Amino acid sequence: MEAGNRQKNLVVLVPEHEFQSLIDFLADRTARLVSDPARTVVVGIRTRGVLLAKRLLEIWRAQLGWEMPLGAVDITLYRDDLDRGPRIPILKGTEIDFPIDDRLVLLVDDVLHTGRTVRAALDALSDLGRPLAVRLVVLVDRGGRELPIQPDAVALRVEAAPEERIEVHLRELDDEDAIVRRK
Amino acid sequence: MATDLTGPAKASRAWTRRHLLDLEHLERWEIEAILDTAASFREVSARSRKKVPALQGKVVVNLFFEPSTRTRTSFSLAAKRLSADTIDFTVSASSMAKGETYIDTARNIEAMGIDIMVVRHQTPGAPHVLARTLNCSVVNAGDGAHEHPTQALLDVFTIRDIKGRIEGLTVALIGDIAHSRVARSNIWALTKLGAHVIVCGPPTLIPRSIAELGVEIAYSLDEILPRCDVLNVLRIQFERQRAGLFPSIQEYFALYGVTEERLKRAKDDVLLLAPGPINRGIELTPGVADGPQSAVLRQVTNGLAVRMAVLYLVSGGAPRPALVH
Repeated sequence: MEAGNRQKNLVVLVPEHEFQSLIDFLADRTARLVSDPARTVVVGIRTRGVLLAKRLLEIWRAQLGWEMPLGAVDITLYRDDLDRGPRIPILKGTEIDFPIDDRLVLLVDDVLHTGRTVRAALDALSDLGRPLAVRLVVLVDRGGRELPIQPDAVALRVEAAPEERIEVHLRELDDEDAIVRRK
Repeated sequence: MATDLTGPAKASRAWTRRHLLDLEHLERWEIEAILDTAASFREVSARSRKKVPALQGKVVVNLFFEPSTRTRTSFSLAAKRLSADTIDFTVSASSMAKGETYIDTARNIEAMGIDIMVVRHQTPGAPHVLARTLNCSVVNAGDGAHEHPTQALLDVFTIRDIKGRIEGLTVALIGDIAHSRVARSNIWALTKLGAHVIVCGPPTLIPRSIAELGVEIAYSLDEILPRCDVLNVLRIQFERQRAGLFPSIQEYFALYGVTEERLKRAKDDVLLLAPGPINRGIELTPGVADGPQSAVLRQVTNGLAVRMAVLYLVSGGAPRPALVH
């Protein structure tokens, strides 16, 4: 972790060797929210929420024999700050090719902060149908909410100052599994 | 598909343009960004609730100085699916008849609080003038024989959708190249994306200078047909035609009309596009227009997604301060 300006203000909260147990913990917590696996679907918030959702599904498949459809929601079009930035975000697209009506939706994201992303995701979901219920599953809750939104399953709670960033690194994108704090 | 969902995010550069005036000045990655964005928007049109709030509270005006039904309708519906308010302003009988200038008309409309102006005009460069004069975003919906960017984008989108790529394909633009803004925009888009473009038609309808754009010129459709992956059949623009550019419609049809008979010599999977409105029996036969190789109606469906993408992309960016009057 020495050298390099980028690394200077970076603190590793969860290193690679502890990461898997956190995922296992979250899988267990989330599984308790499910009463009918046949009527449950999983939707990840792009991009890291989808990768996390995929890992949860792998655990449930191996341990419980659950097979649930996985979808991805791109919240870009539902953001409340779309016309504020100097540049427009490129869409990655929502891909939910199964009905969510009367299903339990497990909505998965990596970090819960202001709650605005989740608000946008809920609006996106309601344009696709009327779920039985939506449960919010996050790996890290870092506090700092600006909307009345709370997680139903969470693996790690950290206190972070407003100027700090809490990042979940995932092997698929970042060459390591870790949770870090950046100042 | 679950496997696609988790693929690594595309390292996309940030889109910063506030206007879409032509394809000539777009970079390859920008054209691809529009196509990728359009692919995302197609999902919205497949929903039972076909609407997203991206342009909520914005106003899109269609300012058309030339007749158009499908392009105007497509832009209107695209704007509505993005939750924008839309106004159609067709100029022919109204204020222009009273002597108001083009720029004054546009300024007056903008003063009503317009965010995006979609412009069609018979003069090449007319949208560019508005982009320099107004504060709102400007989208070119066809300027004379210059460009028709969204039509070319939906053509390219349809090709990419069906063929899976643009790079390395041979695409023929058939017919009236000289008067065609669709041809010009297609040439820019296709060559930037790595296709080989052939323009094919009677010598009187193909300007020699078009070769400077990096296209092959052909006067015989039968000669080039076997090596084409895509045929884009342009409309004979009777309204822009001076008399005498080709001897007769019958002769044009005999040499350049796309018929079932002629298609037998083309590749089995040749893709047929036509920007429309099609003149059945002149550029192509009804059997071809409605046949298995024709993507004419898919073009229309895709046009909606492409125009949503364009309106979405140009709507970004910090608004410039309002004009002080």
